[in-house]
Amino acid sequence: MQISMTINGKEYSHDIEPRISLAQYLRENLNLTGTHIGCDTSGCGACTVTVDGAAAKACTLLAVQVDGSEITTIEGMANGNEMHPIQEAFKENHGLQCGFCTPGMVMTAADILKNNPNPTDEEIRHGLEGNFCRCTGYHNIVKSIQHAAEKINA
Amino acid sequence: MIPAKFDYIKASSVSEAIGLLEKHGDDAKLLSGGHSLIPAMKLRLSRPEVLIDIGGISGLNSISEDGNEIVIGANCTHADIVNSDRINSDLNILAQTAKHIGDIQVRNRGTIGGSLAHADPAADYPAVVLACDAKIEVEGKGGKRTIPATEFFLGIFTTALAEDEIITAIRFPKVANGNYQKFFQSASRFAVVGVAAVKDGDSVKVGVTGVSGTPYRATAVENAYSGSSDAASHAVDGIDDLMSDHFADEEYRAHLAKVMVKKALEA
Repeated sequence: MQISMTINGKEYSHDIEPRISLAQYLRENLNLTGTHIGCDTSGCGACTVTVDGAAAKACTLLAVQVDGSEITTIEGMANGNEMHPIQEAFKENHGLQCGFCTPGMVMTAADILKNNPNPTDEEIRHGLEGNFCRCTGYHNIVKSIQHAAEKINA
Repeated sequence: MIPAKFDYIKASSVSEAIGLLEKHGDDAKLLSGGHSLIPAMKLRLSRPEVLIDIGGISGLNSISEDGNEIVIGANCTHADIVNSDRINSDLNILAQTAKHIGDIQVRNRGTIGGSLAHADPAADYPAVVLACDAKIEVEGKGGKRTIPATEFFLGIFTTALAEDEIITAIRFPKVANGNYQKFFQSASRFAVVGVAAVKDGDSVKVGVTGVSGTPYRATAVENAYSGSSDAASHAVDGIDDLMSDHFADEEYRAHLAKVMVKKALEA
């Protein structure tokens, strides 16, 4: 089935099987391997991207479902060599350990801060309910998002 | 994990979707948010041969007011409900409930119509549609009909929807004094027990999810409510199919139901 969508500002068009998930399409057709697949059934959040600006789990969307949408993946966050403030904040606050969950954490953080530019720690923790960090580094992830909010609001 | 092969058809109208359901019968499934169906297909618990995507049908995602009622299109996402000013002010119990479904990403995609049609026995909305006496508006080859919430849920993953019918909207009365109390399963965020209570003067309507295979109105609680301080003790009266799993066995679940009903009555 023919689909086309805008991913990180660039137009893509492919003929794919309907059963291919958006996560697979990104990783295997477009080589955008920053979107990770963890549980593959919408529990862990490692595959989070934004679809038309709203965070979504790419493992639980068929690529054909989001035909015509605008997608941002972790690869689309930086501006050339300049990291996105959320990425910078994760780096500065040790917001990652093994790094597997990090792309999903950053993409969910973008949704949290878009809808709530000054979140409390509690609100950030609730916002991350759908993202698991198996290194259990949540304290620094919350700290990173708090710091990112300051950077964005500055 | 990759689902078994299927044909994918994007329906552009309700009548087109009904025609497709009629044509493909049991082999077809409707796809809206897909947040229950797609994981089930990946795990090969579900293998539909045809997926009819109703996610793009226009007119199924509005939230409007009709006299004393609020009409919510079946394709409205949980996030649409959380963010609706109208629902927050005139049907606050539903906004409270939607806020605690899944997580941000799930709320951005999952829909109220999909959740009700799926009829997961641990889903949150069933308690609320029951307590509010909401009506489920459906459309099929025989035309439109309205199913009262109390007649909609028939069992685990089973509803009164006919094979060729689609939920188009859910019609709620405005509710001034209602609340939803949920005991979370801590990993999945599903309800182990969820209780919705809608109070009106001396009377109350109580909907319970997660306790029986079929969500139910706790009529024994409702009958005991006025004049009794012990109404919550009747939370599982007459329920003979208490669910039991490794999160909560029957005895604990029955206890939890009473505690959550008490909280909902006192909130």
